[in-house]
Amino acid sequence: MTDSIQTMEPQLSTWQRFLKSHFWHSFKIDRVAQLSFMIFLIYAFLAVFASFIAPFDPYDASQIDIMNSEIPPSWEEGGDELFLLGTDAQGRDMLSTILHGTRVSLTIGLCAVALQALLGIVIGLTAGYIGGRVDSFLMRVADIQLSFSTLMVAIIVLAVFQATFGTELYQQLAMIMLILVIGIAEWPQYARTIRASVLAEKKKEYVDAARVMGFGRLRIMFRHILPNTLSPILVISTVQIANAIISEASLSFLGLGMPVSQPSLGSLISSGFEYIFSGAWWITVIPGVVLIVLVLVMNLLGDWMRDVLNPKLYKG
Amino acid sequence: MEAQSNSLVQINDLYKRFSISGDFLDQLQFKGGKLVRHQEHVHAINGVSLEVMPGEALCVVGESGCGKSTVARTVMGLLTPTAGQVSYRGERIDNLSDKQMLPYRKKMQMIFQNPYASLNPRMTIMETLREPIRFHNPALTASEIRDKIHEVMFSVGVDPSWGERYSHEFSGGQRQRISIARALAVDPEFIVADEPISALDVSIQAQVLNLMMEAQEQRNLTYLFITHDLAVVEHFGTRVAVMYLGTVCELAPTKQLFSSPRHPYTQALMSAIPRLEDNRPDYIKLTGEVPTPVNLPSGCVFHGRCPHANERCKQEIPMLTLLSDGTRVACHGVEENRL
Repeated sequence: MTDSIQTMEPQLSTWQRFLKSHFWHSFKIDRVAQLSFMIFLIYAFLAVFASFIAPFDPYDASQIDIMNSEIPPSWEEGGDELFLLGTDAQGRDMLSTILHGTRVSLTIGLCAVALQALLGIVIGLTAGYIGGRVDSFLMRVADIQLSFSTLMVAIIVLAVFQATFGTELYQQLAMIMLILVIGIAEWPQYARTIRASVLAEKKKEYVDAARVMGFGRLRIMFRHILPNTLSPILVISTVQIANAIISEASLSFLGLGMPVSQPSLGSLISSGFEYIFSGAWWITVIPGVVLIVLVLVMNLLGDWMRDVLNPKLYKG
Repeated sequence: MEAQSNSLVQINDLYKRFSISGDFLDQLQFKGGKLVRHQEHVHAINGVSLEVMPGEALCVVGESGCGKSTVARTVMGLLTPTAGQVSYRGERIDNLSDKQMLPYRKKMQMIFQNPYASLNPRMTIMETLREPIRFHNPALTASEIRDKIHEVMFSVGVDPSWGERYSHEFSGGQRQRISIARALAVDPEFIVADEPISALDVSIQAQVLNLMMEAQEQRNLTYLFITHDLAVVEHFGTRVAVMYLGTVCELAPTKQLFSSPRHPYTQALMSAIPRLEDNRPDYIKLTGEVPTPVNLPSGCVFHGRCPHANERCKQEIPMLTLLSDGTRVACHGVEENRL
């Protein structure tokens, strides 16, 4: 048997393996993906370091002067060098508010998607692997959940919460409430996708091999099947982050999201809406553009990732 | 079949049916104004009894869909039998819970057909081999586990320095060696091999087959070897069981089966083996097709295609009976000395 032992080229580290992968190669040749990723990194950087970059602290009432309200951006007539993007109706610096708003929006988007993924992965894996009645039950629950639109559920829950516990408590818990509502309302997206991949994976012989070894259900589900369903999870995650940010913005726009004192991009757009006809367009338009670019970038990254990880286009 | 206490694995009157009528709602049908539940089954195995003796390689042959793989999977507990028993060293194992089954998992292992699907694509070879060893021997230290992995890798001709690679970096033959290494890693005494070489190149088939025979000698293994390749059987098997439509029609020592097949189906099968000096136009041609396992024929499952079938064959299911030469045949014709 020894003659059949062949020598192969030397070992590669994980990083070198990544550099040689199809994933990295297709990223290197795709300008749109590179640009989107750059912009996303800039967003992430600005959001993380918002409190250092922003010239003012929009949460600090002592820095806000009502006399500074509705100053146009600095390049417009009547603009002030101090406020690069102008100020809103309360005299807050738009640049600082947008930076902090981006942080709020991204936090809600990421946390809500993390919650969705957690619920969806556990439920989808269970339904797909155990099958039978458990599968039928969980998937019917998912169908029912999907038949309510996310916004409708969110509006009802948030409005009832606000009415029952008062606006003050709501304002303190707004971020957690939004994460919970958006996270819980959208888990079926994950559960369905993962269940579909699990159904395909569990027929493969490596799962039988693991069963023959006597491994427990949980070990097979999480250590053997889950890593093989990661590509679709990655793809829907990017799209879901964009969706969660939009949901949060819509809810804030409807007055059920982040309070005015702690604005997200959505509540900024909403707060400027009343002033749009009095000429103060910048309060709505600038955060609007910031939001659109963020969502666009996430969707473009998601599209690219779906193409790269699609096993029908490329088998890796 | 009389119970023999010294058998390693005993399969007793095993039946396995699969429902093909979907879930409960799909099964409801209107018939004559009434709502009735209608179920259809595929009868994959119909009363198979086999016993595997320690140290032997029992080959199970038969055409596609005759239930060979179902027997293998039922023996390993991947499927639960509809009726019948599977015993290991006299202990019944087919009705055990996962926990109770655990000690037997170390003793019984399986090698799969498709080496491209039987290794987890997200695990390195090292991880694939380490997991079962650590799982079944929690007392071992990291270095002992490493030694064990190296020993097993050497024994199947895989260089231990490949350990950090993923399975897609290997060829089919190498992967099959790795699957064999995984099965050997827990030191089993009984291995079920479900067509382990049918997905490989002919040149690699011999290598893997020799590897399995070496392992049998060194580790004193017992095989239940599922295949449809009669040449492999002749090379590898101690005894052969021929299956047709979910039943065993002949069970004999390899040499005996190849020199004097008794069952009409086995005879047809043997005469169909292509040979180099093949200019014999007189091989046995079976007419018709294999009946569907959904509606089994009455009596002997082979009677529709058997040239020697009579009325009794259509009515009565033949039992495996022991002949004087050690062959067991399920055929009324042989029993009545017509053939």
